[in-house]
Amino acid sequence: MSASHMNEQAAVAVTAAPHTGAARTAGLLGALLSGLLFGVGLLLSGMTDPAKVLGFLDIFGAWDPSLAFVMVGGIAAARVGVVLIGRRGTTLSGLPVCLPPKRAIDARLIAGSALFGAGWGLAGYCPGPAVVSLGFGSSSALALVAGMLVGLWSVPHSRGRR
Amino acid sequence: MSIAWQAFTPWSAVTGGALIGLAATALLLVNGRVAGISGILAGLLRAPGDRAWRFVFVAGLLLAPLVLHLFVPGLGVPAPAEAPDARLLLLAGLLVGVGTRLANGCTSGHGVCGLARLSLRSLAAVAVFMGSAIAVVFLVRHGLGGAGA
Repeated sequence: MSASHMNEQAAVAVTAAPHTGAARTAGLLGALLSGLLFGVGLLLSGMTDPAKVLGFLDIFGAWDPSLAFVMVGGIAAARVGVVLIGRRGTTLSGLPVCLPPKRAIDARLIAGSALFGAGWGLAGYCPGPAVVSLGFGSSSALALVAGMLVGLWSVPHSRGRR
Repeated sequence: MSIAWQAFTPWSAVTGGALIGLAATALLLVNGRVAGISGILAGLLRAPGDRAWRFVFVAGLLLAPLVLHLFVPGLGVPAPAEAPDARLLLLAGLLVGVGTRLANGCTSGHGVCGLARLSLRSLAAVAVFMGSAIAVVFLVRHGLGGAGA
């Protein structure tokens, strides 16, 4: 997702920061709470229910448009962070921000998105809900996540694109 | 096309979505990172260092069902129904993994964070993966001998 050289810059900045230990602890706590909140949001929204997802994607059948509202709520609330971080230029603890650089639309993006959509439409799981469902002990999610991890691992890392 | 009104849940959808966006805002402000799940998972598998924050974020995702059950027991979000066909799930997972890595993002990274950054790349990604997913669901449910949904 982000360029590895940017990761290294951030790592250097962390080690150079005066309050390294505190900043690191805050970062880990923040990431844990963010992951929890993200997972709870997915559960409440209906995104972790493959039947609901497939009902949303079945626009030519009996269409359930609910999940479009997940995107509306998600984009609005994420926009707050984007604007705030744009004004600040650093994280709350003063560390550099690792945003993927904006790049041109290329064949890799289009082909990858087409493959991802096909997988999403086949089983109704995208990556976040698959991991959260694994937390339920779902054997379906286990099979899907196993395939997904092989897929993620098999494609070489590309430098920071979004 | 017809709308399945009995399944329509806009309020829980927009509330859950807002929590997802809030989580993305928190990760951005505290860690300076984009909450893209496929990218975070790929980083756990492949990134040379810097695994700790990714690991605890994924731990948070995994703990979410338990935490929701413990703190809001009345809500009763059900466990997903089990699909019997493991080969189909493996194939779907493989497509999701390869696809999101080539595209550098999924429903969260492109669909929420990328669109919140007004990225045209993300808009293109969302249009293509939505179109592709809709086409596959159409073929499975209504095409190929179409028994209908």
